[in-house]
Amino acid sequence: MIKQLSWKVGGQQGEGIDSTGEIFSTALNRLGYHLYGYRHFSSRIKGGHSNTKIRISIRPIRAVSDDLDVLVAFDQETIDLNAHELHDRGVILADAKFKPVVPEGVSARLFSVPFTKIAQDVGLAQMKNMVAVGASSALLGLPLEAFQGVIEEKFSRKGQQVVDKNMEAIQSGVDHVLKETGGMIEDLKLEPSDGKKRLYMIGNDAIALGAIAAGARLMAAYPITPSSEIMEYLIKQLSKFGGTVVQTEDEIAAISMVLGANYGGVRALTASAGPGLSLMTEAIGLAGMTETPAVIVDTQRGGPSTGLPTKQEQSDINAMLYSTHGEIPKIVIAPSTAEECFYDTIQAFNLADRYQCPVIILSDLALSLGKQTVEPLDYDRISIDRGNLITDSEGLKQLENSELFKRYEWTEDGVSSRVLPGVKNGLHHVTGVEHDEVGRPSENPLNRQRMVEKRLKKLEQGIDFEHPVHVDAEHEEADLLIVGIGSTRGVIHEGMERLQADGVTVNHLHIRQLLPFPAETVKKEMAKAKKVVVVENNATGQLASQLKLHVGMADKISHVGKYDGNPFLPSEIYNQCKELLVHGHV
Amino acid sequence: MATFKEFRNKVKPNWCPGCGDFSVLAAMQRAFANQGLEPEDVTLVSGIGCSGRISGYMNAYGFHGIHGRALPIAQGLKLANRDLTVVAAGGDGDGFAIGMSHTIHAIRRNVDITYIVMDNQVYGLTKGQTSPRSEMGFKTKSTPKGAIEATIAPLEMALTAGAGFVAQAFSSDLKQMTRLIEEGLNHKGFSLINVYSPCVTYNKINTYDWFKENLTNLEQDESYDPSDRMMAMQKLMENNGLVTGLIYQNKERKSYEEMISGFREEPLAKQDLKLPKEDFDQLVAEFA
Repeated sequence: MIKQLSWKVGGQQGEGIDSTGEIFSTALNRLGYHLYGYRHFSSRIKGGHSNTKIRISIRPIRAVSDDLDVLVAFDQETIDLNAHELHDRGVILADAKFKPVVPEGVSARLFSVPFTKIAQDVGLAQMKNMVAVGASSALLGLPLEAFQGVIEEKFSRKGQQVVDKNMEAIQSGVDHVLKETGGMIEDLKLEPSDGKKRLYMIGNDAIALGAIAAGARLMAAYPITPSSEIMEYLIKQLSKFGGTVVQTEDEIAAISMVLGANYGGVRALTASAGPGLSLMTEAIGLAGMTETPAVIVDTQRGGPSTGLPTKQEQSDINAMLYSTHGEIPKIVIAPSTAEECFYDTIQAFNLADRYQCPVIILSDLALSLGKQTVEPLDYDRISIDRGNLITDSEGLKQLENSELFKRYEWTEDGVSSRVLPGVKNGLHHVTGVEHDEVGRPSENPLNRQRMVEKRLKKLEQGIDFEHPVHVDAEHEEADLLIVGIGSTRGVIHEGMERLQADGVTVNHLHIRQLLPFPAETVKKEMAKAKKVVVVENNATGQLASQLKLHVGMADKISHVGKYDGNPFLPSEIYNQCKELLVHGHV
Repeated sequence: MATFKEFRNKVKPNWCPGCGDFSVLAAMQRAFANQGLEPEDVTLVSGIGCSGRISGYMNAYGFHGIHGRALPIAQGLKLANRDLTVVAAGGDGDGFAIGMSHTIHAIRRNVDITYIVMDNQVYGLTKGQTSPRSEMGFKTKSTPKGAIEATIAPLEMALTAGAGFVAQAFSSDLKQMTRLIEEGLNHKGFSLINVYSPCVTYNKINTYDWFKENLTNLEQDESYDPSDRMMAMQKLMENNGLVTGLIYQNKERKSYEEMISGFREEPLAKQDLKLPKEDFDQLVAEFA
């Protein structure tokens, strides 16, 4: 029996690869296994190879594995492109219809199962996916009952007969494989899980759910990969809560609408990827200047320009930190798990209201679209803090003689009372032009200086963000500190475990608050290690530069970059760190 | 009830003496007062340029944003609080050059706001460059040999984009402009009011006198029917857009807010943010 394995299904895009993976993984999630699913897809809708790789384990995992145990192939291309990932005892389950061949040099076992033929015999060729699901579960030794509920939910709208036929297809897949293999293959059989109830979701869904929990009721966005799921989820759900999603003409309109909405008092967000964020830049500056709260999600993908729209990268770090002209207060946070995507999004709205500034949630494709196991989300951890907000005229001083409310009053911490339009005795002006305390344009040098300082002061003492870093550092003196951001959390952890097994002492620090940079905390962790390696999906070491800038110790910082469009593998982390430790450089 | 004077503040506009925008400001103030609005009921969202400064001269809530983006800001605000009277205002550069796409899409979308364009056919605040509204041959700093690009016809464009309310006013006729703004405020959906608001400094061609000579007031034409879209288009084309009055109104078209499924009467900004536990559990169950 094994503790974890990797399963991949592949075929032509649009052939139902996603739904095969979905049914299989939903059942596994309900059985209590930890899962991590990553889709390989292209910027096209029909045709072209597509695959979903799912890792199944009895303990938490958040990374793609180096190798593969089971490959389910609906065409020869899937075998040709993926069989090299299979280890020696791996298995190919392929549709007998296309007469599958194992490529030279691959020693995996091939079971040719008549997916299509069996499905046709049951009633419909499309159910070949279900046959494949059955065949897979037989290999892993999963109980068939696990699929009953999933199939019912998916097909009950179409009637009991459809449910029964699908279950029959799964059963036939099981029977065929058991007959062919002569019983269970012991080295693919999974140890039983703990059976606990958990969720299985992509980061984008967690962000969208977090937005609803935070009370966001308006989203304005323009479709773009890999952020569209956030919009799609909210389109589906927001109307139940009286809210709505506006699909705007472009990202400039989206962010501008979000500013108007937040100014009006509703919690509103937008989400995009690099190209959209580039367009939003000027309006983000307006949010900073007018002290208007706004939550903006950047799901990074391969850049620059159109770059690699469907591939992983973390190269927007500098852009999110520095883009927009002039100097504004801005918060950038970076969740590293789907669970954090949920809680951090709630916090993002609170931070935006409290500090009255734009908050960017920095995600990346692997986090936004990678599907992972999430511990049950805690309703009691949802808290809403609107900061210094005035929603009615109670207690407001009567404004006489076209006098205005001091919306931008100089205060100790730089944060002033924000009164919503519509409130009597709250009249004031809002402008992107430098302004005085009531919002009137002013070029007075003294006022200018004080206003710049007022805005920047809001974040100078640090912000009240719950977890500015994730630390996994048991060693007071370590050979190595691995630093990462975003989706690399799981893969770094696995790389670290392998290094530890070799006797290397390794600590792991994941940066979750990028701006303002938690320099003191990071410095403390860096000081414990002889060497620091920053793992990031970009070529220029953008996160490493932040460490050097805010902490120093530049001579012990190295950077491991990957920018081929794919997420890091555990072996890459292990090998690169080994290299660094042995040769002193990567 | 507020009088139009209560919509005035003490800020002295930085417009040139004689600028058409003074009338637009006055007409808006009168229209708001005539409609029984209080200063806090109104938010004026403006763009960038001479005309964009208008929100700072109105005693009401005001949001002076970035160049070309008054409309998306105004729409976001209206969706956040549908109880507010939201008016967007800006120049022809703001609405028909840098913000053109927002203008077209705001018309299509039909959020219940009023958009007033102060159209002077030239860029004033940057000291006299050509605008998409400049006539061909118009000489400016950026077109010393005369403009060689075709002039945009914003009202015809609005009609083809599905506008429910299109009107045009002229700064010399304060009474008509006030009435048109009031009609725009009362229209359920997006209303576009283009105002010929002469630039006395950089436009020596399209002057007050020139407009007086060339404008046709549709309200004096008894056969004109503003509910007839074809007629509206024809009149605009016949007169090269040089008409004033209510050009077209479709009272049947529903506003965006009315079309959104589940959108409540109570403004979003006033709703309780707290998600009930049952709803949370239901949302989470989808991922189990």
